[in-house]
Amino acid sequence: MSKTEYVSPEGLRLDGRRPMEMRQLRAEIGTVAKANGSAVFEMGNTKVIAAVYGPREVQNRSQLINDHALVRCEYSMANFSTGDRMRKPKGDRRSTEISLVIRQTMEACILTHLMPRSQIDIFVQVLQADGGTRSACINAATLALADAGIPMRDIVTSCSAGYLNSTPLLDLNYIEDSAGGPDVTVGILPKLDKVTLLQMDAKLPVDIFENVMGLAIEGCKAVANYIREVLLENTKQLEFRRGL
Amino acid sequence: MRGLQLPLNQTQRIRLQRAFEKLQSLSSKANSDASVTVADTIPVNYEDAFLKGHGTTDLNGELVATVCGVVERINKLVYVRGLRARYKPEVGDIVVGRVIEVAQKRWRLEINFNQDAVLMLSSMNMPDGIQRRRTALDELNMRGIFEENDVVCAEVRNFQHDGSLQLQARSQKYGKLEKGQLLIIDPYLVKKSKLHFHHLEQFGIDLILGRNGFVWVGEHVETRDKLCRIANAVRVLSTLGFSMDADLIVETVELSSSLKIDIHDMLGSEFHVLVAEQEAERRSLMGKRRR
Repeated sequence: MSKTEYVSPEGLRLDGRRPMEMRQLRAEIGTVAKANGSAVFEMGNTKVIAAVYGPREVQNRSQLINDHALVRCEYSMANFSTGDRMRKPKGDRRSTEISLVIRQTMEACILTHLMPRSQIDIFVQVLQADGGTRSACINAATLALADAGIPMRDIVTSCSAGYLNSTPLLDLNYIEDSAGGPDVTVGILPKLDKVTLLQMDAKLPVDIFENVMGLAIEGCKAVANYIREVLLENTKQLEFRRGL
Repeated sequence: MRGLQLPLNQTQRIRLQRAFEKLQSLSSKANSDASVTVADTIPVNYEDAFLKGHGTTDLNGELVATVCGVVERINKLVYVRGLRARYKPEVGDIVVGRVIEVAQKRWRLEINFNQDAVLMLSSMNMPDGIQRRRTALDELNMRGIFEENDVVCAEVRNFQHDGSLQLQARSQKYGKLEKGQLLIIDPYLVKKSKLHFHHLEQFGIDLILGRNGFVWVGEHVETRDKLCRIANAVRVLSTLGFSMDADLIVETVELSSSLKIDIHDMLGSEFHVLVAEQEAERRSLMGKRRR
């Protein structure tokens, strides 16, 4: 039985990266003109678009909260996002779980008490899936919320890491993810240095887990630097174009 | 770039880039240094007493921004002026809204705010003009005054206890707006000025720049395509992200008619580039005049 080599003896992965190397990041703000805030975030071949509507009037009166804002999130994958065309992109168990995860992560950092009796909708859609979709969605949602001018206590960034061929690997792509090894997804608030999301599938001994989680947190910090650069550049652009 | 998904050919791209670079060089250096993003530390002298304003929060004893924007300091107040955000209402602002719901003795209007605004029946002049108590019959005839999806111009009266706005439309210049176009732009692009109602005589058009980012271009007489020209000028300025007032809109329209550009072509790439170049010229002239 041949075992696929995910890390070659020279230390190169299947796509030529080193074990601690992330994929290329690319972000664009303001892609959905009608939304209050929107962003496209790419991590390698994984491409995700996020749109934020709000704060606006609560549509369902029974869900209205008197002292803070209601945050709703919907995650879906486009039919064409994976290798085979998907039949039911919304409403399946995985999408519902990821919607809940993203909602809880973003709700922790939005200052909801500043916008009572209103509703914030976050829609995230995966356009191309190549591993790490959960992380890309959280990063895109953060950018979209910042674009919409919604006050947050800190940005949330996320990255995944795994353990294959006895090596911790940062930012798994689809092939490495489907290898059956552990996949740890971490979401942090970089300035506060706090973990807000931690998920893992498969099993890992605790000491190796600490290594892998530490690697994922390093990845999150790198994403945070990139996101802050993009937001700062965008703010400067808007300010000088606005004029006096 | 928001809304700027225009097909630009190579020369147009270069010209647009140059115009933006010129604008950037003209912008105040102080402002660009004071730009912050979420969770950036705001440089403050902690020994002086200062007041924490909007857009800031205290994090482990440091002052940190909660929105992306520019840090403003007025006397002892330090706050972050956010750029793209929902409308921040102030009492006395002129707003334009669309009726969402006709409820008991009030109308609910959508005005680009966290919650819908309320216009009470008692805050509205009766059609017959008499000042009287509103009866049950008036309440039943509310739809005769405003229906769903009507566009209304009103003034902010006060804030209610739950944070929503109460509007009033008691003067002759407020009320239903007919025969025109409603344009939705970002509130930060509308400059605060003394006048929000503009009657453009050379076009015969009414222009209302609502502080909430709802702009109304309406007919005074039968002048439909002049109206379309002005509406398109507002759209182009919003796409390019330039803050606007009535003079700038009129200048843009005059640019389009002097170059004999078709109304429909005003939304095309070439006109966007021309407007960006003209704005760069205008701001540099303004800067020279000040010096």
